[in-house]
Amino acid sequence: MKFGHQMIARFLNLYIDGFRNLSSWGRKLWIIILIKLFIMFVILKVFFFPDILKVKFDNDIKRAEHVRDQLINSPDNHD
Amino acid sequence: MTENIDLTLLDWSRAQFALTAIYHWLFVPLTLGLSFLVAIMETIYFRTGNEEWRRITRFWMTLFGINFAIGVATGIILEFEFGTNWSNYSWFVGDIFGAPLAVEGIVAFFLESTFVAVMFFGWNKVSKKFHLLSTWLVAVGSNLSALWILVANGWMQNPVGMAFNPDTARNEMVSFWAVLFNQVAVDKFLHTISSGYLLASIFVLGISAWFVLKKRETFFAKRSMLVAAVFGILASLMNAYTGDSSARTIAKAQPVKFAAMEALSEGKTNAGLIAFGVLKDSENKIGETALKDFIFKIEFPSFLSILTSGDKDSFVPGITDLVNGNTGYNVMSFEEKKSRGETARKALIGYKAAAKEGNIRMRDSIKTIFATQSFQDDYFRYFGYASIVKAEDIIPDISGTFYSFHFMVILGFLFIFLFVLALYYLFKDKLVQNRWFLWLCLFSMPLPYIASELGWIVAELGRQPWIIQDLMPVSTAVSNIGSGSVMATFFIFAVLFTTLLIAEVSIMVKQVKNGPQH
Repeated sequence: MKFGHQMIARFLNLYIDGFRNLSSWGRKLWIIILIKLFIMFVILKVFFFPDILKVKFDNDIKRAEHVRDQLINSPDNHD
Repeated sequence: MTENIDLTLLDWSRAQFALTAIYHWLFVPLTLGLSFLVAIMETIYFRTGNEEWRRITRFWMTLFGINFAIGVATGIILEFEFGTNWSNYSWFVGDIFGAPLAVEGIVAFFLESTFVAVMFFGWNKVSKKFHLLSTWLVAVGSNLSALWILVANGWMQNPVGMAFNPDTARNEMVSFWAVLFNQVAVDKFLHTISSGYLLASIFVLGISAWFVLKKRETFFAKRSMLVAAVFGILASLMNAYTGDSSARTIAKAQPVKFAAMEALSEGKTNAGLIAFGVLKDSENKIGETALKDFIFKIEFPSFLSILTSGDKDSFVPGITDLVNGNTGYNVMSFEEKKSRGETARKALIGYKAAAKEGNIRMRDSIKTIFATQSFQDDYFRYFGYASIVKAEDIIPDISGTFYSFHFMVILGFLFIFLFVLALYYLFKDKLVQNRWFLWLCLFSMPLPYIASELGWIVAELGRQPWIIQDLMPVSTAVSNIGSGSVMATFFIFAVLFTTLLIAEVSIMVKQVKNGPQH
C-alpha cells in the first residue's frame, strides 16, 4: 500500500517538476496544445460536430429505423 | 423516406474528410518512425554509456516531442466527422469500427499520460533502465495505436468477421480475430508503419546532412545518419515486401482498385507490370466513362500475372471484365452483383414491412435468413450494389489512382538508393566531400511525406465509390446536413491545421538551429 502511494507521489512529482522546469519552447508548445484542444473539443465539437443521429432521434429504435430507410432508399435508388 | 442528398454536400463532406486525413497524416508517420529511432539511439547510450549518444538521443527526442505534441488528437477530428457528416455509416458499422477505435483511445491515453511523461521529464529522475523501457514503450505503444486505426480502415476495405442485423440496421462483430487478422488490415498495418520508419529515417538523414553542410556537430550528425541509414534500409525492405503483399491482397479483395492502379482496361494472361506510363483517354467506354490507354509505357512482361498469383499464365481481370463479367475466368459482372444486392435489399424491405404490420413470424423468418452464412456471403456481401444505378459508377478515378501508385513506388526505390548511398559514404568516410549528396538528403525530406500521402490516395481514391467495399457507397453513408456547415468547417480545418503545421515547422527549425544541447 505504502509502496503504491510512493509510486503515485513520485509519478506526480515527475509531472510537477517537469512542468515547472519547462524550457521556453516547451511552454510555447503547451500553449499551442491547449489552444488546439480548446478549439477542437469546445468550439468544434460542441458547435459544429453534433452526433446527428442522437440529435435527430430520441432512441436507438428510431435511429435504426432511419438508417434502415436510408439503406433501402439510398440516394441512387429512385424506384 | 428517402432524403435527397445533393452532390455538393457529398463532395464537400469528402473534401473535408480528405483534408483532415491528409493533414493528420503529416504528423503521424514521423511519430511512428522517430519513436523507434530515438529508442535505438537511447539503447546505444544505455549499452555504451557514451554521453555523446545521450546528446544525440535527447536532440531527436526533442524533435519527436514537438511533432507528437502538435499532432496529438488531430485524428479525433476524423471521429467527429464520422458522427456528424457520415452518421449513416457510423451507425451501420456499429461496434466493428467502435471497438478498435475504443482500444486505440485507451492505449493512447495511458501511453500519453505515463510513458511519454517519463520519456521527457524522467531524465536523471528515474533509472536509466526504466527510462529506456519507457522510450521503447512509447515507440511500441504509438505503433500499436496505429494498429487499431488501420484495423478499422482495413475492415472498410475488406469487411470480414461480421453479420448484418436487420433489426438494429448494424453490422455486428462475429469474430474479433477475423477483424484483427483481416489480411488487408495486416498488410496495411505493416506497410504503413514501415513507411513511417522510412519517413523518419529520411527526416534524420536530412537534418543531419544540414549539420554536416554547416560544418557543425559533425560527429553527432554522422552517428545519427548511420542509425537512420541502417534503420532506413531495413524499413525500405519491409516496405517493399509489404507493398508487394498488399498489392496481392488488393488484387483479390478490391480487384477494381487493383486494375485502376495498373490502368488495366482489358484483362489478360501474361499481364505486364507497368513501371511507368503516361495515360490518355481510350475510345473504349463504359457508359460515359472512358477507359485508359497508354501514350507510352515501360513494362515488365508477365510480371503482373506472376506477382498476383505466382504464375505467368494466370489471368488478371481488367476494368471491362470487372464491370461486364468474364465467365471464362469466373469474374462476376456488375449486373450479377447488383442483382444479388437487390435480393438483400428486398429482404430488408420485407423485414421492414413485416415489422410495421406486426407480422412477427415473417419478421423473424427474414431475420433468420439474414443470420445464415450463405445469405451473408452470397447476397448481403453485395448489398451496396443495389444502391448503384450505373455500372460505370463502380470505376474509380483511374488516372488519379494510377499516377499516385506509380509515383509512390518510384519514390520508394529512390529512398533505397538514398540509404545505400548514405551507408557507402559513411563507411568510406566520404560524406563531407560529397556535398551534392548532403544537399540531396536535405531536399529529399518532403519526398517520403509525399509518398506516404500518395499511398493513402491510392487506398482511398482507388476504392471509390465505396466507403465500405461492396456494402455501402459513400452516397448512402453521408448525413443529410447543410452543405454550408460542411463548407464552413472545411475552411476552419484548413486554417487550424495550416497554423499547426506552421507552428510545428517553425518550432522545429528553431530547435534544429539550436542543435544538440550539452
